[in-house]
Amino acid sequence: MDPKPNDAVIDELIKRRLDEILPQKIEQALAERREKTPGSMTIIATKGTLDWAYPPFILASTAAALGWNVDVFFTFYGLQLLRKDLSDLKVSPLGNPGMPMKMPFGPGWFQHINWNIPNAVQSIVPGFETLASTLMKQTIHNKGVATIPELREMAIEGGVNLIGCQMTVDLFGFSRDDFIPEVKEFVGAATFLPKARDADVSLFI
Amino acid sequence: MADQVLDAKGMNCPLPILKTKKALQTMQPGGLLEVLATDPGAVADFESFCRQTGNQLVSSTKEGDVFKFVLKRK
Repeated sequence: MDPKPNDAVIDELIKRRLDEILPQKIEQALAERREKTPGSMTIIATKGTLDWAYPPFILASTAAALGWNVDVFFTFYGLQLLRKDLSDLKVSPLGNPGMPMKMPFGPGWFQHINWNIPNAVQSIVPGFETLASTLMKQTIHNKGVATIPELREMAIEGGVNLIGCQMTVDLFGFSRDDFIPEVKEFVGAATFLPKARDADVSLFI
Repeated sequence: MADQVLDAKGMNCPLPILKTKKALQTMQPGGLLEVLATDPGAVADFESFCRQTGNQLVSSTKEGDVFKFVLKRK
């Protein structure tokens, strides 16, 4: 039986009207939802040197300061950043041509010199890494940039979730006791990936 | 007149923002926080911070080498 002509006309009118108003309603609802939900970020931190410690902690603590929900997954060498004692963090200039090597002391013109020490020299001189790390820490202090322990503390205060990779703990024979008690949990990739899926920003550092 | 003054002079990103966030948490809604900073990046950072968090950036001025931001806690 054919539908009554009125129904067909009504359907057509409804369809046309929906086409007109739906896109706008949808945009509005999405915008409202975006306004109401806080931003979210996940970071996978895989490096354990002094220079690479900065990006995850700065980004995480700043995002938390902006009201975002932040989860950081420390895996592989990144787990070193969750140690109780961070004084051993080092940076190596060896094979690191992007690293400026300037002295953090002396007159202005002296501090501007970029010392290009050849790799061959760096690898032979014992304690070069320790020296470079000390100079880097001094530079950081001079410029009023936070230390890693400070940044980590602020991240924790800001509500950043610090998550450890259980596999890495086993792999390198670490014990949970080596790490700060504020670590939220030790999990695997299967637990972390769904968090990354839902986050607005997902970073691999 | 500000209820609280935060001296962030000499501090570099992200410390001025992090310390500001901490200070705001101790204040009552509507309270005024004055932040002094020397980090040139702070100008854009404070605008962004206020936009993201809903706190009001009452003023952003520069006196000599020092940037002065007045924020009103939401």
